[in-house]
Amino acid sequence: MDQKKIVIFSGIAVGALAVLLTLLGNPPNMGICGACFIRDIAGALGLHRAEIVQYLRPEIPGFILGSFIISLFSGEFRARGGSAPLTRFVIGFFVMVGALVFLGCPLRMVLRLAAGDLNAVPAFFGFAAGIYYGLFFIKKGYSLGRSYKMPQGNGYIMPAFAFVLLVLAVLAPSFIFFSEKGPGSMRAPFLAALAAGLIVGMAAQRSRLCMQGGIRDIFLLRDFHLFSGFIGIFLAALTLNLAFGKFQLGFANQPIAHSMHLWNFLGMFLVGFGSALLGGCPLRQCILAGEGDTDAGMALLGMIAGAAFSHNFGIAASANGVGINSQVAVVLGIILLSFIAVSNMAFEIPVRKERNSSYAKEA
Amino acid sequence: MLKKLDARGFSCPIPVMMTKKALDESPDEHLEVLVDNPTARDNIFRYAKNSGFKVEIIEAGEDFIIKITR
Repeated sequence: MDQKKIVIFSGIAVGALAVLLTLLGNPPNMGICGACFIRDIAGALGLHRAEIVQYLRPEIPGFILGSFIISLFSGEFRARGGSAPLTRFVIGFFVMVGALVFLGCPLRMVLRLAAGDLNAVPAFFGFAAGIYYGLFFIKKGYSLGRSYKMPQGNGYIMPAFAFVLLVLAVLAPSFIFFSEKGPGSMRAPFLAALAAGLIVGMAAQRSRLCMQGGIRDIFLLRDFHLFSGFIGIFLAALTLNLAFGKFQLGFANQPIAHSMHLWNFLGMFLVGFGSALLGGCPLRQCILAGEGDTDAGMALLGMIAGAAFSHNFGIAASANGVGINSQVAVVLGIILLSFIAVSNMAFEIPVRKERNSSYAKEA
Repeated sequence: MLKKLDARGFSCPIPVMMTKKALDESPDEHLEVLVDNPTARDNIFRYAKNSGFKVEIIEAGEDFIIKITR
């Protein structure tokens, strides 16, 4: 199968599985969501105490392990790292801040669009604008530097972390929090959620599916290859939503959404910008972490921290909208990431070579 | 003339940007790009193919050499 078909089929699989997971019990329009589920995991670990969003979602470890397993088989697993890990942690942190102000990662944005939630339209434009803004720096020479090959053991850390999360979800010890009401209490059965996560992880690893990459490649290269995965997700989810009567067009009364359009736009602007700087959306960071990319692992840990702080500091939005804390955090996030972008641009200092130097060579 | 680029270790989309810049600057030269991950390899392959170049990929240990010619 050629790459084009792989990416379209992966998109269709992701979109279809997402709707199926909502039918099996996941929150509405949230069959799969990188940001929401990482936030639920942060809550389950007790890193934040928002009681309605705590659950060890098996989908996220599924993404990481699906990518890990298939990359081991295909020989694409390679432990690597050293490309500005702390900076990636900070960028991941603010990607999560932006996503929780909109209430969804780029993937959930597409799923919300496919369910008729028009609040995701300004978010889509914000996401695209954020990527465009990020590309401005990339074109001027922004880079977080090279990563380097590492001993393989380093690459096993994030898959092991994912495995431990699954074990904790099954054993459910008393120090792990599980929501009794709210979105965190809405769950597809453990094995179904894990299977879906593994399939998405494998499909996304093979296809390099990336929400951010889809839009980036259109701006940068006029290439619609990755965007076709985006379209696949949208069409599959739309078809199933229509078939199961889950499609409801409009702004009002959309599940786990708010209608503060400016903040939907700016929240996803921050996500798009941060994802462009990282080189991939939250889903893609999970996939890369599974392939042995320890820098993506750091971005993922940054997202977990960002989710925890978002709830602890009252930054995360709710169905009632966003408060002043969210607004300050998003604006600060955009400013801070702009500073990171500028400070990582390679400035070329013009040096003139003098053949017969008149400067003394010896003291 | 042969031009060589080492794009190993860079995150997307920097390897393909380096390739694009080199091809825009001197489209008639032979270009060899060294990458260390399959995503960058596929991105560069697709970009160069779509832009009408001949592309050949050689596996070199854990790296890939992408040969691009007019």
